[in-house]
Amino acid sequence: MRQRISLLMVAVVLGASVAAPAWAEEDDEAHGGMPGQAVAFSKKLGNCLACHAMPGTKGEMAGSIAPPLIAMKLRWPDRAKLRAQIWDATAANPKSVMPPMGKHKILTDQEIDQVVDFIYTL
Amino acid sequence: MKKIALALLGAGLMASAVAQAAPEDDRKQIVAHFKSKLPAVKYQDYIYGALALDKDSKSQYDSIMEFPPFESVVEAGKEMWNKPFKNGKTFASCFPNGGKNVAGNYPRFDASLNKVVTFEADINQCLKANGETEFKLSDVNTMGILTSYARTLSDGMKMNVKVEGAAALAAYEAGKEFYFRRRGQLNFSCASCHVDNAGNRIRAEVLSPTLGQTTHWPAFRAGERLTTLQNRYKGCNSQVRAVPFEVGSDEFNNLEYFMSYQDNGLPLKASVFRK
Ligand code: HEC
Ligand code: HEC
Repeated sequence: MRQRISLLMVAVVLGASVAAPAWAEEDDEAHGGMPGQAVAFSKKLGNCLACHAMPGTKGEMAGSIAPPLIAMKLRWPDRAKLRAQIWDATAANPKSVMPPMGKHKILTDQEIDQVVDFIYTL
Repeated sequence: MKKIALALLGAGLMASAVAQAAPEDDRKQIVAHFKSKLPAVKYQDYIYGALALDKDSKSQYDSIMEFPPFESVVEAGKEMWNKPFKNGKTFASCFPNGGKNVAGNYPRFDASLNKVVTFEADINQCLKANGETEFKLSDVNTMGILTSYARTLSDGMKMNVKVEGAAALAAYEAGKEFYFRRRGQLNFSCASCHVDNAGNRIRAEVLSPTLGQTTHWPAFRAGERLTTLQNRYKGCNSQVRAVPFEVGSDEFNNLEYFMSYQDNGLPLKASVFRK
């Protein structure tokens, strides 16, 4: 019993030591509930959160590998280019660790369109 | 005649000089890479993996290691190690120094077998030579439990892997190639996570640096799940949606050979807590 409790405490302490971004808790009606959000957050599908922080995560932990997905419309006015980045990030940057979502059939074409719709609201 | 002999000797020396230089250059480069990437981490502390990157995690590790929840498993491993075979001999009879301070010499390249041999493979060899049934290399309930004790006999020894001769160098190079090759649907190499992104978080998990990854096995994940080094390799293969190789395969043995060489000079410490 003693051991159980101390292990639980470890989990709490270790978890808490990693700070979530300030806007992780914000309630986002603007983009919540879009199909692309589910694709982006799901570990089985896009799992974008593994690497990118982004608004609207409601406390879910995001990784620190890649730049945060914010102000997408402003920074990526050309939708086709943004879609291409997601379809195969290694085309623009051969060293990229971002998985080639379309090229390797991690996501379907429809799911990629949904993700683009969603991140365009960020 | 004499000329030819000298020329051959010269060629031999050249080959072995090359064999020494390449792995040692790799090792120095990796150490230098982390020195500049993670300047706050002391060299000796790389054996703590991701826990070395965060003070709180490291002090949790220290307090868990004072009374490890997996002590009874290591104790069971000790009984296995000391239990005589049917012929009266024990595992200790198969290793120099009774098995003390030997694990850091592994993996070793065996010239007569022409392949890399792990500590676990030599344990199986010991069973076979004494007329006992070999363990399944991936079985944590036999080989895993036994090595959770057997490797503690080398605690504090410094990793001391040797790459000598052209065949050994070829095995080392194969391991290195494996390490840097992208694989799986998600298209990662080992280096994508443990060199380029060491210290970053993938979701909530801090990625450990490759340096020090071979020094402390088995690890008990969450304090209770016994995991061997090559079982961890399988896990990392699966994470990137690649078909995992087998524990004890030439691919994994060469990989362990390459990775262990990079850890030369770091102290061994078995069996440890991991998140
Ligand atoms: C394993 C890590 C990883 C995952 C998973 C990942 N990315 Fe990326 N992403 C990166 C990295 C690293 C970059 C930086 C540029 C590069 O390497 O291509 C990047 C760059 C980007 C960019 C351009 C950067 C910017 O904001 O200007 C976009 C857009 C993007 N990713 C979207 C996504 C989406 C959408 C998903 C999920 C469907 C996703 N990423 C999943 C690692 C990842
Ligand atoms: C997609 C990311 C990713 C890739 C690619 C990856 N790993 Fe890992 N690896 C992890 C995570 C996450 C952990 C658990 C946290 C940690 O200790 O780094 C881990 C842990 C490990 C550990 C245990 C470290 C310790 O001290 O407990 C070893 C050894 C390891 N990986 C080796 C490899 C090898 C070898 C490869 C390539 C065959 C590889 N990894 C590929 C993500 C990855």
